[in-house]
Amino acid sequence: MSKKVEHLDKVTIRFAGDSGDGMQLVGTQFSNTAGTVGNSVNTFPDYPSEIRAPEGTLYGVSAYQIHFGSKKVNTIGDKIDVLVCMNASSLKVNLPNVREKGIIIANTAGFGEKNLKLAKYETNPLDNGSLSKYQLIKINMSEMMKQELADLGISPKAVERTKNIFALGFVYWLFNRPLDLTEKWLKEKFANKPQILEANLRALRAGYNYGATRQEMIVQYNVHHADLPKGTYRNITGNEACAIGLVAAATKAKLPLFLGSYPITPATEILHFISGYKQFGVKVLQAEDEIAGICSAIGASYGGYLAATTTSGPGLSLKVEALGLAVILELPLVVIDVQRAGPSTGLPTKPEQSDLNIAYYGRHGEAPIPIVAASGAADCFAMTIEAARIALKYMTPVILLSDGYMAQGTEPWRIPDMNELPDLTVNFATDPETFKPYRRDPSTLARMWAVPGTPNLEHRIGGLEKEDITGLVSHDPLNHQKMVELRQKKIDGIANDIPLAEVEGEQSGDLLVVAWGSVYGPVKTAFDELREQGHKISYTHLKYIRPFPKNLGDILSRFERIVVPEMNMGQLADLLQSKFLRPVLRINKIQGMPFKAKEIEIKLLELLNNKGDK
Amino acid sequence: MTTMLQDIVVKRNVPTNQYTPKDFKVDIDVRWCAGCGGYSILSQVQRIMPELGIPREKIVFVSGIGCSSRFPYYVNVYGFHSIHGRALAVASGLKIARPDLSVWIATGDGDCMSIGGNHFIHACRRNVDINVLMFNNEVYSLTKGQYSPTSQPGQKTKTSPFGVVDDPFNPASLALGAGATFVARGYDRDPKMLQYLFERAAAHKGISFVEIYANCVIFNDGAFDKYTEKEYRDDTTVWLEDGKPLIFGKNRDKGIILDGFTPVVVSFEDGNYSPNDVIVHNEKDSTLAFILANMTYNPNVPRPIGVFQSIEKPSYEEKVENQIEEVTKKLGEGDINHLMCGEDFWTID
Ligand SMILES: Cc1ncc(C[n+]2csc(CCOP(=O)(O)OP(=O)(O)O)c2C)c(N)n1
Ligand code: SF4
Ligand SMILES: [Mg+2]
Repeated sequence: MSKKVEHLDKVTIRFAGDSGDGMQLVGTQFSNTAGTVGNSVNTFPDYPSEIRAPEGTLYGVSAYQIHFGSKKVNTIGDKIDVLVCMNASSLKVNLPNVREKGIIIANTAGFGEKNLKLAKYETNPLDNGSLSKYQLIKINMSEMMKQELADLGISPKAVERTKNIFALGFVYWLFNRPLDLTEKWLKEKFANKPQILEANLRALRAGYNYGATRQEMIVQYNVHHADLPKGTYRNITGNEACAIGLVAAATKAKLPLFLGSYPITPATEILHFISGYKQFGVKVLQAEDEIAGICSAIGASYGGYLAATTTSGPGLSLKVEALGLAVILELPLVVIDVQRAGPSTGLPTKPEQSDLNIAYYGRHGEAPIPIVAASGAADCFAMTIEAARIALKYMTPVILLSDGYMAQGTEPWRIPDMNELPDLTVNFATDPETFKPYRRDPSTLARMWAVPGTPNLEHRIGGLEKEDITGLVSHDPLNHQKMVELRQKKIDGIANDIPLAEVEGEQSGDLLVVAWGSVYGPVKTAFDELREQGHKISYTHLKYIRPFPKNLGDILSRFERIVVPEMNMGQLADLLQSKFLRPVLRINKIQGMPFKAKEIEIKLLELLNNKGDK
Repeated sequence: MTTMLQDIVVKRNVPTNQYTPKDFKVDIDVRWCAGCGGYSILSQVQRIMPELGIPREKIVFVSGIGCSSRFPYYVNVYGFHSIHGRALAVASGLKIARPDLSVWIATGDGDCMSIGGNHFIHACRRNVDINVLMFNNEVYSLTKGQYSPTSQPGQKTKTSPFGVVDDPFNPASLALGAGATFVARGYDRDPKMLQYLFERAAAHKGISFVEIYANCVIFNDGAFDKYTEKEYRDDTTVWLEDGKPLIFGKNRDKGIILDGFTPVVVSFEDGNYSPNDVIVHNEKDSTLAFILANMTYNPNVPRPIGVFQSIEKPSYEEKVENQIEEVTKKLGEGDINHLMCGEDFWTID
């Protein structure tokens, strides 16, 4: 029997099932394998906020979406090409996003009477013709595994648990992927459980072979590797990239790393990861609250560490007073804020560009803090290094904005050589002759960093206003104004030390899109699409928000219209308007969900077709 | 540690006669009111510092906000005046990062037990090796006289013009309950007592909590006179001394016995009881420490002063370092390139 092989540029697969079905696991395996064979990959795990939602329910559906291709993919994919659904609820929840003629692979064992009822289906959608718009592949995965593993003598529960690996094997076949990476992974994971290992290895091959031998299944797909720059790659989530970035920054700074943090979705994983890096000498305090998280980090920074604190919106709210302290103390501190939808508890597991305002304005007094923003999972590494560089060089807290989308989604990351990273070494003050606590480096305006333990530099600092140079407490009115201005000037001066903003497309003209953060993916996709269609449109993506790149004002002035797509009500748009006195158009999505590229494309197209819209 | 810090964390031995109290004074005006309890505490700290054998550069005072929290400005060591309530959080981070430092905290009853209450109980629980000096004046002084979590029922303050209706914390019980390993109480009027308690606190490994009755002449003057003035104190307080019976009174003619778990005052005069019958203090006995601390607001017994408890437990920062060592031994020193590559990487060339 000859199998037909079709070539595709980009494919979106979504593995969906019950919370307990292991969908995150197979999704991760598939994306690692796709990365390894050289595809461009973008993924997002989507799981319920309940830890163990009741089995089979609509709100208990857990999914993992993978967008991969032979061309650069920047989003998780607007529409699903292949949906793997392990039960009725996972079909119901995800069907609206499956494209017409898309493939639905259904585990028929998950469509029993009880499942249908929980999913609120009157009749079985697999049998009633309602899916005729799609290519439906029905497999009783549970039954297949029962037969496959009958001789192993393991519990029915353990048998049932292999069905996700069967599904993975089948999808590997469908896309002509090698099994070795997952086999290697299984062997490591179940090294001490030979029977479970055997069961899973069999499941993987059974799924694969099922595809190879199935009579009515004839099309297999191929997605060539993408043209990515040379180098060593891995898939990485934004959170892991931040965690590794902090360790790499400490290594480059030749400083020990301290993390003071309190668990909060979606930032917790950074704390998880770093807690596992003890062999790097990292000290981690899971503090009693976010305030203690940041205050302990400030204490460690005072003690000469590269110190960091990680959090999300509600935690950032609690850290606000201590941020002001770090500003007046002029101590280095990296604050990573993985944004989620607010206000209050809001949508805790959903992303939003919620915190630009609080990062920018959220302190009493004049307390400027540099803000950098990662544009995607892989970029979190580079921007963590940048945050640390600015913090150490300018003796200041720095806020890095990530969000729940890039924090948990993955992208291939070209792993830099340590030599490519900037030198972050610092000079501690040691000379009593020249030391004054608030004496500044004339080029950076950073004050001297004298850490306890240094003989003859004993001095006192604190939250009270400092006298210029001596650092003594001062209530002098003119001194206060001077210090406020100095602190501002120091932060403004960082603009000379960051890359200029770049414009893609025409360098001047009608419409400039300005964006920041994880909207990069969908905006870039929409932008490329519009350019391909021949439209004149330009795009600037900002990774440095405070200070802005020096040339941003100039760039804005070259365009008739500026539009900012944001997952908020227009926090960057407001900032641009107030800084540059330009009216700014907005595209806002505040649904706890990332933009789809198509949504942005349509909005931009409307603007392009209506030049009068200002 | 191959870090920029390695030259700074090294130990430097100083002979105990190298310093005099003057070396710990700062040439600026102390801004407390005349007669403030803070002065005595400050001089006693400056007096014992030379005895500790710790180089001056290794000592750090951290504080929060309050009259008491001005303290670090007045001691010629490293000083960190933080924000209200957060001294213990800052100090914990510093000590965990830098176990080589001798870290002291100056805090007030409001700073430590109200806004900073959470950090306080958790610092006690973790047993970070820091020395907490809590200036208890039973009032918020810096903000000009509101009641605090240690203010007494009925106390009239600006926010309790008709008397406080809250029940106060008993700081010693709170510290013990939260797991503090060294818990003591003293008062400003007795310099020798404070010196003794501060030396004990410095010598103790793990958290040391010293509650100090500190008179605020402006907003709560005389709050502790009953316990600290010569004419009353022998009868109103009992000094806790390890291994010694709990005897008190001007003529040392009274003692404290346990009736079940209840401390009761007995007199030796009528011949029914002798000094042999009374409780013998044992700083290592946590159950006893709770009972003694609970005498604090009991009107039928004298107020206990001295060391309630001093027990040994590994300190937090030590456990953190040990774990790093163990993990490093097991996994080998971290390799950043390996960490960056992870398990599944691929090369495009
Ligand atoms: C966040 C914050 N809230 C309130 C204050 C105002 N404040 C400063 S000190 C203080 C109370 C101080 O009382 P205590 O800790 O007992 O110190 P004391 O002045 O009595 O020594 C208050 C409420 C502040 N500085 N910061
Ligand atoms: S107000 Fe009270 S506590 Fe404050 S300095 Fe004066 S006497 Fe001391
Ligand atoms: Mg007070």
